[in-house]
This record gives sequence, structure tokens and C-alpha cells, in this order.
Amino acid sequence: MPKSTPGVERAARPAAKPAAPTGAPTQKLELEVNRTSYALDVDVRTSLLDALREHLHLTGTKKGCDHGQCGACTVLIEGRRINACLTLAVMHEGDQITTIEGLGAPEALHPMQAAFLARDALQCGYCTPGQICSAVGMLVEVAAGWPSHATPDVGTRPVELTDGEIRERMSGNLCRCCAYPNILAAIRDVASGPNGGRSP
Amino acid sequence: MKAFTYERAADARAAVAAAAARANAKFIAGGTNLLDLMRLEIEQPAHLIDISRLPLQAIDDEPGGGLRLGAQARNSDTAADPRVRTRYPLLSQALLAGASAQLRNKASIGGNLLQRTRCAYFYDTTAPCNKRTPGGGCAAIGGLNRNHAILGASDACIATNPSDMAVALMALDAEVELLGATGASRRVALRDFYLLPETTPHIETVVHPGELITAVVLPRAPAGRQLYRKVRDRASYEFALVSVGVLLAVEKGTVEEVRVALGGVAHKPWRALEAEAVLRGRAPSVAAYQAAADAALARAVGRGHNDFKIELAKRTLVDALTKAGRP
Repeated sequence: MPKSTPGVERAARPAAKPAAPTGAPTQKLELEVNRTSYALDVDVRTSLLDALREHLHLTGTKKGCDHGQCGACTVLIEGRRINACLTLAVMHEGDQITTIEGLGAPEALHPMQAAFLARDALQCGYCTPGQICSAVGMLVEVAAGWPSHATPDVGTRPVELTDGEIRERMSGNLCRCCAYPNILAAIRDVASGPNGGRSP
Repeated sequence: MKAFTYERAADARAAVAAAAARANAKFIAGGTNLLDLMRLEIEQPAHLIDISRLPLQAIDDEPGGGLRLGAQARNSDTAADPRVRTRYPLLSQALLAGASAQLRNKASIGGNLLQRTRCAYFYDTTAPCNKRTPGGGCAAIGGLNRNHAILGASDACIATNPSDMAVALMALDAEVELLGATGASRRVALRDFYLLPETTPHIETVVHPGELITAVVLPRAPAGRQLYRKVRDRASYEFALVSVGVLLAVEKGTVEEVRVALGGVAHKPWRALEAEAVLRGRAPSVAAYQAAADAALARAVGRGHNDFKIELAKRTLVDALTKAGRP
């Protein structure tokens, strides 16, 4: 049974929900976010990003450009990183969705969160949840032997995760404060740590 | 975004039946281009048919050494597939040169083929655009056209096709498998799939309304070195100014087989058969590559800001052929 949360109850009240113009089709759905089921009733136009932020009040996932150009909205679907702004919430019923809130908690940080803190890999912090979710997804791709544009020969397996590889693989996440050197260092720390940085 | 209704198709037949039953319906797969266009109200479908979970995600060996890419195979999975990496490295390289990892994890093979141009005037709904509003005019002609077409353009449209993947598929002689509303399937060579703008730039492919791409089929790749070379304004996550996909086989000092396709230069991924004809049977040399590049761009026309692309395309092609032709 989906768990009812205060956020969802608020979302169910018209005043707290982005108002749909009269007659705009809505749909009931269940979203599985951070191992919790949420029952929603949304305008079908609602992006996954808006569902997370405006309906579930999981505001760790950020809206930057809303066009898939900045990566601030990066979340993990079944462990894979995607832009939450460029997909509809209704398309993700049944998927395991992980946001920054599901990776770790202040008292039990994910290794990537801890590394970003240790390396001071941010200035304003707005892109950071997307950077971290993206980096976590990226290390899974590396562990699976996926090549990148920086891989000298795409036939090579496994891939050696050089700094050039990390930069290329993280190019979908922009940082307007240009904290890139420390983002790179944080990711390198985790990748060279236990288990190649993959979540336990 | 305009309101629309939504359904998730159970299988491919149900998807085409649903499209036939509704006016102004569109399929949605990865959605990475379509939703952006819907948000800008450039695309205004009344009904969306979600095909992202159709069982069209497999990549299967074909008899004779080819490969069949399910239309719903993700760009990332396709680029990482060991058979693609070893037999069609050109395709893997082209996919990896496009977009970002997040987008490649969403984008499908079929959707990539149908993505719309990134002409800034197409996206600027205050500007005239024959592609967006047929008969409306073209703001790119006489406007800021640095990114625009140098081959096959018309007085109605000078937009380019933005796909990297399609450039590789063009060089690899891919075919597109389509399912129609009646349940009949047909195959179209990718070379015949895209249309030049002429006077109808809003019609971009030969896909019939309601037809669904179910697969892209690659014939066995000829022996030879494959290489994708992309030139862009930043090192990653940017569309091509010019890109080149080549396959080159040199046997006993002679070019046995050669394929040349160009991206970022035309309304469609551009197969340069003239360049191939120049090289086939000839001894590989920089002079020969230069002659091939001259042939490929012989009919190129600049529009002012994009004049540099003609020389850039030639140099990029010579560079790619030189690298592919090294012993």
C-alpha cells in the first residue's frame, strides 16, 4: 500500500497543487521514490522533476534550465542517471527513482556526498545534488565497462577512469561557479576508494 | 505546454492502432527532444502514446553478420554493446559524441532518428520559420546562420539535422524498419529516409503519419577502419559544426572500400558518394583525400556566417581519412 505522507496530503489539496486549467487531463499514479511509494494525482503534463519538487516536496533535485542542458535535475531511475526535467512523471510508474534525498542522510552520507564536502566541491551548491547523482550513476557505467567519447578505443574494456574520462562523462552537469577542479577531485577520491565508488 | 491525453501502449501493434484512432497523436519514447518542443509549444500533440516500454529494446544478431537495433534500445546501451563496439565502432563513437550521458540514457534509437533541428529560429517562436509554420519565411537566411547548412539547402530552409548517430548509420548503409497502422511492416534505406527541405521543410522524413519505427538494421560492415570525427564549439555536450563518419579499407596499396558521411552540413545526414568514387581503387594519400574532400563539398554553398564550414568540412574529412588510412 502506498504510504501517505504529509507532502502528498498537501499535494492532494487543490491549493497546494499547481492548478491545472479546466479540463486538462489528470492521471492517478504511484511513484516509487527513495524506496517509498507515493500516490499522486497529476496533470499528465507534469514532468518528473515537478512531481518530485512540487508534489512530493523533495526539493533536493533542482530545476536549472528545464531544457536538459544543465543537469541540475539529474536523478537515478533504476540506477541510471537521467534529466528529470525532460520526462513525464506518468512515464515512470513502477520505476525505482532515487533522488539526492535517497542517496544518504546528514547522519549517514553517501560516500560521494562525503567526498564533495571533504573536497569543497561546490560554491553556491545549486548544481550539487545533480552533480552527485550524476557522479554516482557515472561510476556504475564505468564499472559496467561503458566507453565514452574520451575513450581512445571504444573496443577497450575495462575503461581506465582518467581525469579526461571523468570530465567527459560529467559534461552533462554544468557548474556556474566553476567548481569543476574540486568536483573532479571528489569523484576521483570515490572512484579510487573501495568497490570503485559503487554504492554498497 | 498544451494539454494532451496519455496512454501507454501494450505492444507495437497496439501503438500504431492507437495512433490511427486519434487525431494529432504522437509517439513518445525518450522524450528528450519532444517534451522540450512541447514545452515551447512548437509541438502540440493532442495525445501521447508512450512507446518507451515496448519490447523493442533488444540488440540482436542478424543472419549474415548484421545487427538489428530495436528502436527502443537506448543510445547509451547501444554505444556500450560489445558487438557495436567491435563491429560498428563508428556507431559507438558517433553516439558517444552526442548529447550527455543523462540524455543518452533516455534517448532511443528511433527517437534519435526523428529528432528535430536545433536551428535557433525554429525554437524562437517569435521568428519566422518555414519548418515550424509552412509559408512563414526563414529567419536564418540573412540571419545568424553560423550553424546552418552548406549542402542541399533551399530558399525555404537552411536548417541542419543535428544527429551524430544518423551520420554513422548513413555510412554503414543502415535500413529503418517501420510498422504501419494496418500492421504491415516495411524497410527503408536510411539513404532514402530523410528528405531535403526544398519547398516543404516541415516534412523531414518518409515516415507516414502514425507509422512507428520498430528497428534499425545494420548490414554486415565491410572490413576497414571506422572513424567518427566531430568538430564543435566546446569539447563535449555540443552539437556538431561539422562531423565526419568514415570507413576506409586499404588492400595492397589501394582503397578497396570507402564510406564517407558528413554531419552538421545539411538538412539530412549527408552521404558523400562523390568522395567515395574519387577514392575507390586509388592509392591512399593526402592528395587523394583532398580530392575526395573537394568532391564532397563541390556543390557547397555558404550563407555568410557559415562559409567557414566548407573549408572546415574538407579539413575534417581529410583528417579523418588520414587517420583511418594509416597502416
